[in-house]
Amino acid sequence: MNFWNDPLKIAADWLTGILTGWGMPAVAAGILVAFLGTLLLISLLMVMDIFLVWLERKVVSRFQDRIGPNRVGPFGLIQPFADIIKLLIKEDTTPEGADRVVYNIAPMLSMMSVLILWAIVPLAPVILGVDLNVGLLYIIAAGAIGTLAIIMAGWSSNNKFATIGAFRQVAVMVSFEIPMVAMLLIPTIFAKTMGMNGIIQAQNIPYFILSPLGALIFLVAAIAELGRAPFDLSEGESELVSGFNIEYSGMKFGMFYAGELLHALTFGGFLAILFFGGYRFFGLEKVSPFLAIVIFLAKAMVGYWVIMWVRYTMMRIRIDHMLAFNWKFLTPLSFVLLMVTALMNALLAGTSVWVYSIGMFLSNVLIAWIALEIVRAYSRNEREKVEAPKVAAEAHH
Amino acid sequence: MTAQQIIFLIVAVVTLGSALMVVTSRNLVHSALWLVSTLFGVAIIYALLNAGFLAVVQVVVYIGAIAILFIFAVMLTRKEQLESGQRLNSGWWLGAIIAVLTFGGLFGMLQSWSGFSKVSTDLPVGFDAVGQLGNALTTPTGFVLPFEVASVLLLAALVGAVYLAFNRK
Repeated sequence: MNFWNDPLKIAADWLTGILTGWGMPAVAAGILVAFLGTLLLISLLMVMDIFLVWLERKVVSRFQDRIGPNRVGPFGLIQPFADIIKLLIKEDTTPEGADRVVYNIAPMLSMMSVLILWAIVPLAPVILGVDLNVGLLYIIAAGAIGTLAIIMAGWSSNNKFATIGAFRQVAVMVSFEIPMVAMLLIPTIFAKTMGMNGIIQAQNIPYFILSPLGALIFLVAAIAELGRAPFDLSEGESELVSGFNIEYSGMKFGMFYAGELLHALTFGGFLAILFFGGYRFFGLEKVSPFLAIVIFLAKAMVGYWVIMWVRYTMMRIRIDHMLAFNWKFLTPLSFVLLMVTALMNALLAGTSVWVYSIGMFLSNVLIAWIALEIVRAYSRNEREKVEAPKVAAEAHH
Repeated sequence: MTAQQIIFLIVAVVTLGSALMVVTSRNLVHSALWLVSTLFGVAIIYALLNAGFLAVVQVVVYIGAIAILFIFAVMLTRKEQLESGQRLNSGWWLGAIIAVLTFGGLFGMLQSWSGFSKVSTDLPVGFDAVGQLGNALTTPTGFVLPFEVASVLLLAALVGAVYLAFNRK
């Protein structure tokens, strides 16, 4: 085994060897090396986050037929650094009547809830923080901490817009968590494990083929969880100015903003892991762990791009429409899909891979078709109710 | 002392300290936030006991749902109700005595248990704790009946809540 096959373990062993050689107890050396590994991962993520700002601005400008940042450095690449300097030297304001401690903890907690997600992300077969056997539930737990950060920010700002924004965001997150949990269980049914690495290893056929509807519902729930358009009611510039982060200035606002961008990339990554095979790409991941990282990040970027694409081309939905969409359409649909998937999995167990895949795919298509037919019939019915009195009134004329 | 014992002591002190702050804090929202800290401490203790599933579920259910609901309810009460009045009423010493007696009783009872002073051993590599838990909850020889009874109870609570909140036309 050499460095190029298992870089993380070799580097950790080498470092532990040096530290114990200096007379450090093995336990303390182990803790220190684990701490350094965490520090390295977080630093790399934060550096990547800086370029995500540039990436997001470039992509949105393309969608809006503009060029985007192009003045500072090649292709405007230095622009985010200028932005960071600007954010750092801005006045750090605290609104009157704010709850100072809670107000200052909220941005940190928001950023933290995103960073802790990366503890379970397998970048390559051997490069991962921890292969938790309850990995999928961990995503939801981290989301709960993010929700808490938003409600803390909204309440402590002593601002009505901020509080309303926080209320809306929490309502969205708590409701869309339900279809998300149901969709997280679909890869669990296929892979028979909740561990991230196990799910990737089991994906000889990527799960978006077995469950295209599941992947789509997961994407919708993820966008809602991120609080991005069309679900960005917590910011709702036209009515709430800026929502829960309205009172934050300087780098504290920067934490919310950077956290949001990294969160979007992270969920792009989870979409890649759960439904598109993570770091696997026609056996290329076996060549080198570093190639596997490149494959995973490329897939995560594609997921992130889809999330941006939706964000910049869709209009904001009203809050009651959005909650009705979740509770009356997405939640029942995801439960039906989950039950049918579990049933089909039991029925098709032992059949050939082809029969299994085609059966799963067709059951998904059938459920999607029935759901759309029900919605169409319902909306036709509603439209007739609204239009019938109109027609009668015109005839009366 | 092993590293695990040090972590346990720190977490236990933080958990108990936050629990004390829940009942003594002057601001109701702060009380709710201290409650979050307490519940998180309990989750860490579950993780220390090799019960990763329980630890994560603790965070999802208690912090993600129940604590958020508390904060919602508190935020919707009026500001005057939040900050006026005494935190402790005249019966505080009774509550303190009951708490001490409960702790003493549990401590005394657990001392006669053989596992009380045992040091926990690491689970064998490849031990599927989640799978074992799932099997225990779904096999007839395991706990399927209590599990189903608890589910029916929760369903009844859900139906009751919908019935109470339903606006008759």
